Amino acid sequence: MFEAMLAETICITGDNGDTIQAYYARPIVATAVPGVIVLHHMPGWDEWSKEVTRKLAYQGYAAICPHLYSRIGTGRWDDVAAAARARGGAPDAQVVGDAEGAAAFLRAQPDSNGKVGVIGFCSGGRQTYMLACKMPSLDAAVDCWGGRVIVPPEELTEQQPVAVIDMTKDMACPLLGIFGNEDANPDVEQVNRIEEELKRHRKDYEFHRYDGAGHGFFAVDRPAYRPEQAVDGWKKVFAFFEKHLQAGPSAGTARAGR
Amino acid sequence: MCTWIAERADITGHGKGVDDWIPLNRAHVYYDHPVSAPLDHALIIDFTNEAAGPGARVCVELSAESARELVRAIQAALATGQAQHDLSTAAGRR
Repeated sequence: MFEAMLAETICITGDNGDTIQAYYARPIVATAVPGVIVLHHMPGWDEWSKEVTRKLAYQGYAAICPHLYSRIGTGRWDDVAAAARARGGAPDAQVVGDAEGAAAFLRAQPDSNGKVGVIGFCSGGRQTYMLACKMPSLDAAVDCWGGRVIVPPEELTEQQPVAVIDMTKDMACPLLGIFGNEDANPDVEQVNRIEEELKRHRKDYEFHRYDGAGHGFFAVDRPAYRPEQAVDGWKKVFAFFEKHLQAGPSAGTARAGR
Repeated sequence: MCTWIAERADITGHGKGVDDWIPLNRAHVYYDHPVSAPLDHALIIDFTNEAAGPGARVCVELSAESARELVRAIQAALATGQAQHDLSTAAGRR
């Protein structure tokens, strides 16, 4: 555990060269550490998302949570999130660009070990699945109950124009999925379909499904919180990141060296 | 629900925020995760004035049951107004 850390709001370069806000927490250590991008859930860049970012730092990761609605303007995070919803949400292509900016920032730090993973919750879980398919430099991805990975064609929008399950063949890093069996989005049948697609394309993945839990069961400030399942789920997350981010060559480094 | 789905209504009126009244011209209505109400999901209404920025917002988060009760109360109040103030004529005078 790393009890000494630095945490602050910074600006990074996101998609299209735009300056966006990000919450950045990292342990104070003398050794190289991996990086993790935290994708906040749909309600916004809230206090809980920043707690998750600090939790990752406590576990030895340089973690950064980009504010995906940053371009909306200044103001309270919930007002900004409401304005983002009114516009149909953050465009997928922009999210990819912002995540690439966050990964570049993490790898540019002098204490980076070169490896970068991503974890996302709710809409951020769907975006995590997308990034695992769109960002070959990623070393690991954790999708926590990402909804609307499967979406019917009539519900595709200008901001989210492709069902991310259709991107599965391009997935380039190991994927961990955490789901509650009482969740309605994604429900058990949808998680089954996602798993079938991952198997069909022979992807490196592991899914953990929890009875007695629904959507967002890690969120300690919401009624959906399920402590027993959440404690076990976090153990799965950190075991996965330990395996894929703490040792060995980075996907980004390996690809850059080709 | 974890979706971006929202119903939109153009409206005319004012709303009381924390500091003062603000003119409102749009309402976004959706059923999704609330920010503050201790519910897994809520019927959420964002009354906004988009030209005035993200902070020009009056938001309510209601349980599904209470949202239906609110709809009933609104319909009842409009029916009373219709009977006593001839709303169709009043609307026509605007």
